[in-house]
Amino acid sequence: MGKIFKNFLPYWKSVLIIIVLLVIQAWCDLALPQYTSEIIDTGIQNSGIEHILPEKITLGEYNTALAFMTEKEQKDFEKAYGNDGKSDIGQKTAAEGDNTFYILKETDQEKLDALDEELIIPIVMNYQCSKLPVASLKKISGNVPEAALEQLKKTTIEQEDENGKKTKVECVDARPLIIGMRAQGSGDEQLLGMRKQMKKQIDALGTDTMMSTGKAYAKEMDKLAGVDLDELQTSYLWAAGLRMTVIALILTAAAVMAGFFAARVGAGVGMSLRTKVFKNVIGFSNAEIDRFSTASLITRSTNDIQQIQFVSVMLLRMVLYAPIIGIGGVIKVAGTGASMGWVIALAVGVIMATVVLLILIAMPKFKLMQKLVDRINLVSREILTGIPVIRAFVREKREEERFDEANIALTKTTLFTNRVMTFMMPIMTVFMNFVSVLIVWVASGNINDGNMQVGEMTAFITYSMQIIISFLMLTMMSIFLPRAAVAAGRIDEVIRTESTVTDSKTAQKLETRGGVVEFKNVSFRYPGAEEDVLSGISFKALPSQTTAIIGSTGSGKSTLVNLIPRLYDVTEGAITVDGIDIRDLTMKSLRDEIGYVPQKGILFSGTIASNLRFGDPDATDAQIEKAAEIAMATEFIENKPDGYQSEIAQGGTNVSGGQKQRLSIARAIAKNPKIYIFDDSFSALDMKTDKQLRRALGENVADSTVIIVAQRISTILDAEQIIVLDEGRIAGIGTHKELLRSCPAYVEIAKSQLSEKELGLGEEVERNG
Amino acid sequence: MAEPRRRGHGGGPGMAPVEKAKDFKGSVKKIVKYIGRYKFAVLIVMICAAASTVFSVVGPKILGGATTELASGLMKKIQGTGAIDMDAIANILVIVIAIYIVSAVFMFIQGWLMTGITQKICYRLRREISEKINRMPLKYFESRTYGEVLSRITNDVDTLGMGLNQSVTQIITSVCSVIGILIMMLSISPLMTLIAIVILPVSAFLLSFVAKISQKHFRDQQKYLGEINGIVEESYGGHLIIKAYNKEDETVEDFEKTNKKLYDSAWKSQFLSGMMMPITMFVGNLGYAAVALSGGLLAIQGVITVGDIQAFIQYVKNFTQPIQQMSQVINQVQSMAAAAERVFEFLEEEEEVQIVDNPVDVNTIKGDVEFDHVKFGYNENKIIINDFSAKVKQGQRIAIVGPTGAGKTTMVKLLMRFYDVNGGAIRLDGHDLRDFNRRELRDAFGMVLQDTWLFNGTIMENIRYGRLDATDEEVKAAAKAAHADRFIRTLPEGYKMVLNEDASNVSQGQKQLLTIARAILADNPILILDEATSSVDTRTESRIQRAMNNLMKGRTSFIIAHRLSTIKDADMILVMRDGDIVEQGTHDELLAQNGFYAELYNSQFEE
Repeated sequence: MGKIFKNFLPYWKSVLIIIVLLVIQAWCDLALPQYTSEIIDTGIQNSGIEHILPEKITLGEYNTALAFMTEKEQKDFEKAYGNDGKSDIGQKTAAEGDNTFYILKETDQEKLDALDEELIIPIVMNYQCSKLPVASLKKISGNVPEAALEQLKKTTIEQEDENGKKTKVECVDARPLIIGMRAQGSGDEQLLGMRKQMKKQIDALGTDTMMSTGKAYAKEMDKLAGVDLDELQTSYLWAAGLRMTVIALILTAAAVMAGFFAARVGAGVGMSLRTKVFKNVIGFSNAEIDRFSTASLITRSTNDIQQIQFVSVMLLRMVLYAPIIGIGGVIKVAGTGASMGWVIALAVGVIMATVVLLILIAMPKFKLMQKLVDRINLVSREILTGIPVIRAFVREKREEERFDEANIALTKTTLFTNRVMTFMMPIMTVFMNFVSVLIVWVASGNINDGNMQVGEMTAFITYSMQIIISFLMLTMMSIFLPRAAVAAGRIDEVIRTESTVTDSKTAQKLETRGGVVEFKNVSFRYPGAEEDVLSGISFKALPSQTTAIIGSTGSGKSTLVNLIPRLYDVTEGAITVDGIDIRDLTMKSLRDEIGYVPQKGILFSGTIASNLRFGDPDATDAQIEKAAEIAMATEFIENKPDGYQSEIAQGGTNVSGGQKQRLSIARAIAKNPKIYIFDDSFSALDMKTDKQLRRALGENVADSTVIIVAQRISTILDAEQIIVLDEGRIAGIGTHKELLRSCPAYVEIAKSQLSEKELGLGEEVERNG
Repeated sequence: MAEPRRRGHGGGPGMAPVEKAKDFKGSVKKIVKYIGRYKFAVLIVMICAAASTVFSVVGPKILGGATTELASGLMKKIQGTGAIDMDAIANILVIVIAIYIVSAVFMFIQGWLMTGITQKICYRLRREISEKINRMPLKYFESRTYGEVLSRITNDVDTLGMGLNQSVTQIITSVCSVIGILIMMLSISPLMTLIAIVILPVSAFLLSFVAKISQKHFRDQQKYLGEINGIVEESYGGHLIIKAYNKEDETVEDFEKTNKKLYDSAWKSQFLSGMMMPITMFVGNLGYAAVALSGGLLAIQGVITVGDIQAFIQYVKNFTQPIQQMSQVINQVQSMAAAAERVFEFLEEEEEVQIVDNPVDVNTIKGDVEFDHVKFGYNENKIIINDFSAKVKQGQRIAIVGPTGAGKTTMVKLLMRFYDVNGGAIRLDGHDLRDFNRRELRDAFGMVLQDTWLFNGTIMENIRYGRLDATDEEVKAAAKAAHADRFIRTLPEGYKMVLNEDASNVSQGQKQLLTIARAILADNPILILDEATSSVDTRTESRIQRAMNNLMKGRTSFIIAHRLSTIKDADMILVMRDGDIVEQGTHDELLAQNGFYAELYNSQFEE
């Protein structure tokens, strides 16, 4: 896992920026519901009135309000309206001061919020007393004389009961009674009692409900004072809409920017891994390539890195975001003051346990499923590649059965895993819903006990969901992080592997162009193998001569020539070129002198000319044309419409095997090296071309050292030196004629290919046999 | 490389260019028809999906009732007229839980059934494809890479399955919710519904705009990814040459250039597709604000009540989700249709006639083969064998020679009826090949091909493939005859050694020995050896030859070889050049003719 995160180190600045952006995003995400609910709560329900103090209030109402306040409250109230607190309470009744107004001077939102809190009790009391149901009034103050009641202003309000039935209730404005009492100095005690009662209500109902009542008061006062309420509401709605839009805009901007940086970091991680892996693999010797196998290296360089790149972006965008929003949610929940954290903890615990359980059940099958998919791929591939054989042996039924077996296994397992996952969705939804129900239930109890408010409950549900979803997200991510970790490990393995064939510190350049190659008691063993492939090989290949190597499959012919350009290093003994151990030469200067033609003609995408110039980019047209001529490639090249500029597809798939081989021979010739190595390069050619090619080669590169690995005796009949390999050892060295006499292994090879007459040794064989 | 890649993690979520079916309607029709036999189950799935949606939409509304009850109870409590009715709340909550459970059960039944249907369909399709393969002419497979067919069996069937599994359900649930919500919204205020819906095209416009730009980068990414994979494959494959020609630095430089391009397109496509979510969310919020605002303004005019606005806003919130889901489903349905099109296209390919009326009995086959004015071309407009006649007696050895690419294998394909002649006839014991049942005819032939096909199984199983009822002893005897016994014994676990996927744990030469053993075991009246020993060294080859000579006594055999030394004593040599048979006769006759064969033969010894 650490290997995935290690990749981010070079990008720590961007990662830091992403974290900051995600914090902003989380903040907006958590704040947005508040802003949206403001539009509804304040904007629509409370007609856009934010505070309980009216914008404009008639003198009468102003004075009435004061009657419900303590001294300190009166002072603060008057200050808000720009008075110094010298007004006379109860001097004028409400009715009298209708044409004089006070205007709210205070504009600082924070101070207004503080005032809301401070003055909520007297304001709400004032408002409630302004329309007190007659029944209630009689209940509270039974001793009020009928006459006084008669004088009170009467109103009728409609009340709706829970069944939606509307009933008319008689109300009176009971405030003059209070004012009267206070003016007489006798009301203080009663007022205090009422205030206590009110305080209890607020604690139970929560400030939200009381605030709404307070705002309703402000609305009525404003209306009384002639304020255009519609105008007020409209402007509030616009403002609130704008605020919400701005928050949403910040949210979007933060998310987009975080996405920008995450995309760049992710792609950057991919790019640098790709370069690192590729560079390292190109530097590998054959030993490392063999260790990993080419196919595995290709997967590691492509799919594995692609996966890491994808996961990196996911990590930066989603995995990182989950804890941030989770912590934010926790802070918000703590802010609501509700002591129901255990519900969330329980929910998170249960849901995660369920997910983990389901995954644990499904995981082994998931892994199995991958294997079964591979199996069905394998069987299908075998069937498709083997169609001629299958038909020839009439094994169609058997193959169908084999496929069916794999098909049934895959179907069964997929069905199982998919059904486990089918469980997942409904269970998750049910759990999430259970959590809301549980919260409502627990909160109901708390509210009933007066320990909680309704608004808190709603907020609590919202934040709980955010926390739970963030945990869910983390759990989900943890499913495929291990897979990415495996990919990261595989990539890391390649990066950490060092080539075993490197230039030594004291390596010198090969200055001479002698071309004398000498094997001095060379042994070679593949890494990890139990036995030597080659042992005790000693011979000398001289310039202007052809040294041929022949032997049966697996006798080590190719391995032997691969040692010369240091594709592998010898295990024992030494190979020298012009008397210098090749391990003391720089690889570049050594390889510059070698024209190597491998068994399989390997070409690179480009043109024929670019392939021929592979060894020497500065080769002239004449040079490459000459090389092509020697390699007998001119005819087919010139038959192509674009000649030397003909496209070569990736892997050289658009030229035939023989043509590929001829081009790769021409490529070696164009390089003009001193030493030629042909690793069984002629067997893909027909006898005739083989013959002509060797003749041209003999004429044109006469002073070079030529080392040929061959299968056909006819190819090497005229070599100056033939080395017969048998199970990694030299079974004989000499010319064709000498070997026919002295080397039984050679004779056997020769006889298998040519008739005795053709070999010209009929008598000898007769004598021997 | 034709190897099909599994759907990788290349693209962002659902944003990569979606592949479209050529004939969308037709493909969907075919899928529907194919699902046909499960129509009862599908009907239940649909009902369950709809029911589940309805219940889950109703749930929150009822839960809202609990909140209302709570608030009103609280009011009563304060006013002293009552208390919170905890029983009523408990009742509501129990109902809500019941509803959620019912919804979940429906969801579950739906998922359970749909997964079953999907998997059955996938199974059936894969099976049908695998059977189809065996009834199709070889021509089909020779004209395309096996990767293409392979990807139909795996990727396309997978895509189809995933699409079916998810899209059917999602379409139903999304459509149900959208319709339900739309009805509710319209019932509250048509005007506000209009405002809510107006937001959708804005969103669609923005998204399609971003999508348009991002698709370009996605295509680039796909292109450079392909390029980089190409470079990787080529460089690793040609690693030997790169090293031997000192090309490391240049190769890395080349790679880095493409890597940089890939980086640019990768982050751009990732970034742009990552913008979709925030943009949709932003537009959603904008719509929400617009609805709230217009609702407020309408409320001022008294057109609408505050309660209605609140309910409406809830619906707006829930409206965007199914719409988004539907746009995703559309993409999925599209790629599903494209995949289905390819699968059905394959299943509808032309088939070979497998059996004929009154087939010739093969049990008495002796092995006389007659080519009677055979005319053939892989392409009817390009006849390559113009007029070839020859009579082969039982037990004769026929060699087919010619330079690389001369079409030597064609003759084999005609004999085995992988292809039929365009004119003339090939007769076996006097009966036209076309009068045999195809499979029975092939049973008369034993064949060893240059392309050594072995499967992932033990060596014993691979040899026994030649004759399924052969005993272990018979298998070993065949291996001995093929000179394979010794090397098999030196392998870990001997005959029980499992050949790995590409049978790369034995050498090419050893593979050939195994295929020869397989053919020896099969023991058919006619033997075809197509470059059977090309990868075996000549010493071993001559040993096998001796064993084969014994085996081939009394059997008609056709031998294709490019090593002329191996076929000199054949009873008849057919010399091919550019697809046609240019000379025929024995070795000595052909040398005497001094034609193409003589030229080929003598070129080995020219000095």
